[in-house]
Amino acid sequence: MKTHLHIDWTSCDGRGLCAELLPGVLDRDDWGYPVARGKTGRDRTDVPLRDADREAAQEAVFLCPKLALSLLDGRTPEPGTRVPGR
Amino acid sequence: MSPAKDTYPTAPLHAIQDNRGQEPRLLAAGPDAGLEQHLDTFGPWEPNAAGAGLLEALGEAGLTGRGGAAFETWRKATAAAGSGRKGLFAARPVVIANGAEGEPLSFKDRTLLAHAPHLVIDGLAALAAALGGASMYVYAPAAGLPRVQQAIGERPRGNRIRVVQAPETFISGESSAVVNMIGNGNAVPTDQRRRLSESGLNGRPTLVVNVETLAQVALIARYGAQWFRQAGTAADPGTRLVSVSGPAPVRDVVLEVPGGAQLSAVLQEAGMDPAALSAVLVGGYHGRWVRPAAHALSPVGPPDRTARPGAGVIHALDLQTCGIQATARIVSYLADQSARQCGPCMFGLPAMASVLNRIAGGETNPRLASELDRLGRLVSGRGACRHPEGTTGLVSSALEVFAADFRAHLSGYCTGPGGAAA
Repeated sequence: MKTHLHIDWTSCDGRGLCAELLPGVLDRDDWGYPVARGKTGRDRTDVPLRDADREAAQEAVFLCPKLALSLLDGRTPEPGTRVPGR
Repeated sequence: MSPAKDTYPTAPLHAIQDNRGQEPRLLAAGPDAGLEQHLDTFGPWEPNAAGAGLLEALGEAGLTGRGGAAFETWRKATAAAGSGRKGLFAARPVVIANGAEGEPLSFKDRTLLAHAPHLVIDGLAALAAALGGASMYVYAPAAGLPRVQQAIGERPRGNRIRVVQAPETFISGESSAVVNMIGNGNAVPTDQRRRLSESGLNGRPTLVVNVETLAQVALIARYGAQWFRQAGTAADPGTRLVSVSGPAPVRDVVLEVPGGAQLSAVLQEAGMDPAALSAVLVGGYHGRWVRPAAHALSPVGPPDRTARPGAGVIHALDLQTCGIQATARIVSYLADQSARQCGPCMFGLPAMASVLNRIAGGETNPRLASELDRLGRLVSGRGACRHPEGTTGLVSSALEVFAADFRAHLSGYCTGPGGAAA
């Protein structure tokens, strides 16, 4: 089963440690928040990981000072159906 | 929020009959229908009658959510029903009727709650029964509460339904914000690591359903899936309510239209000449601009011939209004409505609004359009809810539909007579 790195945006403060630990997976945006490289849509919140990146992702999960990261192991991320304003 | 409007669609419903033969369904009991009037129109009924077979009927009917996402209602309900049965201690599920309508151009849910509250309550009770006796909530803005409470008071077992006031913010109706408000009094979206259908209000399987969707559920529970499919198309069965607004002197009006209805026909029913319009916003502030050409209103279909109705918002611009200025005002509003929880939304949307306002205001830096595009691509997909994507989608449709206006603005003039570029 595919592993995903889940970013809880409500907790993330853009400290940038995750991008340092996963330079091939995450870049930083204009304001310092992580952006999944080459990904679009929901894959930028539940970032699909290659096996080779799993260990570094685990470390990012442990070290994130805002506890904003988690690994979804063998779970399908929720489809993006959350529509505000209604 | 826009002020309360008298939106009961008496005349336009008749006009619809001339056009597509669509009889009113949801508002058939007439204005301010009380319980007696409701039962006279729709017939006597018992919430348990449909039982667990209701979910199957919803699947056969092909009902999709009328709150914006157009997700299949049976799929959502089945997920909540399934997770309620899992585990050592089966948690009683929760069904929430979502009447929050933070979208400023939307008033169909408010109209429905005012005139057909019993149909909404029927649908809520039917789904709760189908989920094996779920707890029931109605979540609605302050203006709608007295009417809902009055209707609940008229019902035999109405005291089982709890009512919670929705704040008048754009995001207060997002499903996790609804659950968060009822549970913690804080109407902002929560992280979506866990599905609400698995763990929502107080950790219970939770189903948040738009009030119009519930009214449609009530009709399907009474008359069945085949009856439901007599209106609309195979891909977009049934009817939907749309909130239609346009340039003065057009009155804001709620219409009930069949699935797959032609946008131009809907505009005409609301008293507009499509040829006298420059663009139409379909789906609301998270929708997209289209030229009033041959678009069908449907959640599915090719984008060049289909416009997704979202929560049923249709707003037309006249030929004198500058689409860039209109979009700039909307995006400024959306930036202001960010819950300021997620960085990309908190910083990205104000940045997009700022660039748009600079273009609308007459700044001629040719890089501004590509910067707008870049910012849109940067924020999308990155948030607890779809507020960033919804905003980005609107902006990219503006870049496409108003491409000539953008070029004009960036070379120092505005094509619209009402425009004020340098």
